Amino acid sequence: MDDKILQINHLSKSFGNNEVLRDIDFSVSTGDVISIIGASGSGKSTLLRCINLLEDPTSGQIMYHGRDITERGFRIPAYRAKVGMVFQSFNLFANLTVLENCMVGQQKVLRRGKSSAEKTAKEFLEKVGMLPYVNAKPRQISGGQKQRVAIARALAMEPEVLLFDEPTSALDPQMVGEVLDVMHTLVQEGITMLVVTHEMAFARDVSSKTVFMKDGVICEMGPPEQIFGSPEKQETKDFLARFFNR
Amino acid sequence: MSRFAQLGIDMVKLWSLYGSSYLQGVWKTVSLAVICTAVGCVIGFICGILQTIPCTKKDNVFKRFIVALIKILVRIYVEVFRGTPMILQSIFIFYGLPYFTNNAVHFSSMWLAAFTVVSINTGAYMAESVRGGILSIDVGQNEGAKAIGMTHSQTMLNVILPQALRNIMPQIGNNLIINLKDTAVMFAIGYTELFAVHRQVAGATYLYFPSATIEMILYLTLTLISSFLLRWWENRMDGSDSYDLATKDTLAHTSGLVHFPGNKEKVSKTGNLNLDKNERGR
Repeated sequence: MDDKILQINHLSKSFGNNEVLRDIDFSVSTGDVISIIGASGSGKSTLLRCINLLEDPTSGQIMYHGRDITERGFRIPAYRAKVGMVFQSFNLFANLTVLENCMVGQQKVLRRGKSSAEKTAKEFLEKVGMLPYVNAKPRQISGGQKQRVAIARALAMEPEVLLFDEPTSALDPQMVGEVLDVMHTLVQEGITMLVVTHEMAFARDVSSKTVFMKDGVICEMGPPEQIFGSPEKQETKDFLARFFNR
Repeated sequence: MSRFAQLGIDMVKLWSLYGSSYLQGVWKTVSLAVICTAVGCVIGFICGILQTIPCTKKDNVFKRFIVALIKILVRIYVEVFRGTPMILQSIFIFYGLPYFTNNAVHFSSMWLAAFTVVSINTGAYMAESVRGGILSIDVGQNEGAKAIGMTHSQTMLNVILPQALRNIMPQIGNNLIINLKDTAVMFAIGYTELFAVHRQVAGATYLYFPSATIEMILYLTLTLISSFLLRWWENRMDGSDSYDLATKDTLAHTSGLVHFPGNKEKVSKTGNLNLDKNERGR
């Protein structure tokens, strides 16, 4: 029970009359690499955004180490610092340099001193291969580089779990590779991750658990060997067939 | 042609007699406009920030009440001062205070009265500009900051406002130039800025047109210089187009060379879908 970071119970989310998530149940334990796959509009991103409280869940619970984060009075900023997020559109701070992007959270949220923040930032920028670009502004680097900086920014907060919201969907095939490589390195270091992705190879070869979503519900969930090798549900088969037998 | 020669002669005459008055007028106009634009920006930023405080149904009743009240007050301030002429506002405030307090409270100097009116007026316009500037920033910037645990005020201070400030720089410039010209209406409460000098000089010499020509040239010079300075400042804010590469790093171009080493058998067994594409790209 103790190594469970997140436990999601009966999570639902509606936008007006439009119910995008229904009765979602699953948990994230330390070391898990969970990939969430499914067609566009199936609620994958909304699920991730609910976990980070960028969207307010309509009902259900999200337990973080046994505490419900949707409760009134829960300290959301401190929680978000522990649950990093990488966005499809990078969302690097346009007014700050690459280095400052990775430092500002440490300095303002974790209250680290400038020199230790800089040291940590450089350490993680080196890990993603972006150390040469510390002085660049986000508008001066490519998409793949931006995403690697965004990963370093999230890592610099030293979170317990990292959420990736389609990290490669806005990138061209060449840049997809550099980002996936970085993510793969993180997997090997044992970082707990939740990855919404359309990169089926990544989901199949790297994740420890795969969640297939359809129309706002978890349709099938299990080890990737099961989901990709012998899916039980017809919907899963249909979805994967579109990807693999083109 | 002789009319132009006459105009030249008259202008030289006016300048030799009243040149220092004109220059003093220039100084008073510029100082008032610059200071009031700066103070107006501060007021505008405060109001703009207050108007964008997030408030959800989850917050407690007290906070929601306070936030709603603040937003209404800011709105009233903006609508009143944006919706009435500045010349009337100056008279309203300058004569209104002593009227209501039986002369106990009044402006000790013209400068203070003019400063108050122009600042408050600029603030009302800037409040809307700042609100627009904040709205113009992509929501992703806000989410990015929230996602690493920043509070609303930290997000505003470190991420949103610096970008909003850059975006509304043209608006700030607009306001400065408008203030350079519109401080002229402060003659209504007896503040002797550049336009008031014209009234005095023309009144004394009856040389209306030559004096007006001098004023036209002076005002245009002022606005052109400030346009130029503002553009220069904007370019400076944008920073350099290039950046220094810290090339000593050796990991720079290694991405794509790491290939799932931990799952080797798995990769070879099941084939490799997307990574093939990546190889092609390199």
